[in-house]
Amino acid sequence: MTDGAWGTELQARGLGIGELPDAWNLSHPERVAEVASAYVNAGSRVILTNTFGANRIRLGDHSLAKRAVEINRAGVEISLRVAQGRARVFASIGPTGKMLMVGETTEEEMRAAFQEQATALAQAGADAIVVETMSDLAEAQIAVAAVRTTGLPVVACMVFDSGKDKDRTMMGTTPEQAAAALTAAGADVVGANCGQGIAGFTGICRRLRAATDRPIWLKPNAGLPQIVNGRAQYATTPEEFARHVPELIEAGASFIGGCCGTRPDFIKAICQRIKENP
Amino acid sequence: MEDLKALYEAIIAGDAKTSKTVTEKALAAKVEPLKLVTDYMIPAMSEVGRRFECNEYFVPELLLAARAMKAALEPIRPLLVASGVQPAARVVIGTVKGDLHDIGKNLVASMLEGGGFEVVDLGVNVSPEQFIAKVKEKNANVVALSALLTTTMPAMKTTIDALKQAGVRNQVKVLIGGAPVTQKYADEIGADGYGETAAGAVALAKKALAIA
Repeated sequence: MTDGAWGTELQARGLGIGELPDAWNLSHPERVAEVASAYVNAGSRVILTNTFGANRIRLGDHSLAKRAVEINRAGVEISLRVAQGRARVFASIGPTGKMLMVGETTEEEMRAAFQEQATALAQAGADAIVVETMSDLAEAQIAVAAVRTTGLPVVACMVFDSGKDKDRTMMGTTPEQAAAALTAAGADVVGANCGQGIAGFTGICRRLRAATDRPIWLKPNAGLPQIVNGRAQYATTPEEFARHVPELIEAGASFIGGCCGTRPDFIKAICQRIKENP
Repeated sequence: MEDLKALYEAIIAGDAKTSKTVTEKALAAKVEPLKLVTDYMIPAMSEVGRRFECNEYFVPELLLAARAMKAALEPIRPLLVASGVQPAARVVIGTVKGDLHDIGKNLVASMLEGGGFEVVDLGVNVSPEQFIAKVKEKNANVVALSALLTTTMPAMKTTIDALKQAGVRNQVKVLIGGAPVTQKYADEIGADGYGETAAGAVALAKKALAIA
């Protein structure tokens, strides 16, 4: 049982739209700790860290590139302090936001950014690292390689939300291609997160499962956001979300959690569901 | 002319080298620059757009095609300027405040430029104030806004309201687009036009400006 969304939870605690969540590790660590705590108490056995955007390239968009190491360390420390052995801490690494294909960044710059981040996360004591929400296979491979240098286990997952059947990444990568390439790159766990909502995840899970011998990690969204009165609302309820979980486990998932729009009550509902369907 | 079809094919195939050399050869053979744009380049991008909509093409193919189109526009641009042909209109384009996505915006900018518009691209995360300043500086008649996130869409309304406050709203046609944007939203916030695809940008702009 992993955790749910952090971004939307931090927004509920005052994080502004467009404001970088990772900076709160330095400015509002107590609120970040609240989110971590809520997930541990809801039953998460693995929690992540508020470091999704904390690579120097992404931080550069917010003039925080020089504080990358600090922000990553703080993120791991907050999660470790809250978890206190009740849950594992897997540190989050998200995309740089720049596209290799159009030359917005180079492989070397990307490698250096992920290397800096992975090293800081490992040194701060994370149990493992999750390379998540990747759309570009090349970027994912670079991130996985960087994490591998730390010796920590690495989870690698991508977003499958494009194509006629919403089963490819934005760049056109299929679950089969992703599973094969990420396994070859040395990922210990392979998976899918974010996307169009939980309904499509069973199919994606089966296809990942068939294409790799690694355990499968899934963190679907609570549906797509709708703007209601200027705020983003997610349509899927905890109960609806949890209803899909037994199917996902049967399809081969080893790690389950939620992405955007999910909250601690989603985790509780999933735990409840799993208890009822052992 | 046989050669010119190669321009259409090169753009669809994302072959920037060929698209440029075919264009250069055609220009050397005294083919009208605008003919190349309207008869070959824009239709090619329309087809690319169609394939993207049908999920035959993904982002990489789209980007390569756009790059091929840009490469073909390079030798044409100075000729259009030198010929003294007035731009159809002056466009200020940007992705709204808080949003860093630019693929769609870049495509629209290329399409509009190819369509004979003068385009000033303000980039991403553009504040209303920056839009207003550029509209005034360039005496623009079109403001094109892009947003990819539901959370940044509201900045489109803020920008339109700011244009009103600054007294320049009536000087421009405001066109909006982006994945979460809809015609309904465009009507709600008082935009002059909504474009679902980059390929339709030129037609939309001309319609909004009521020019042929």
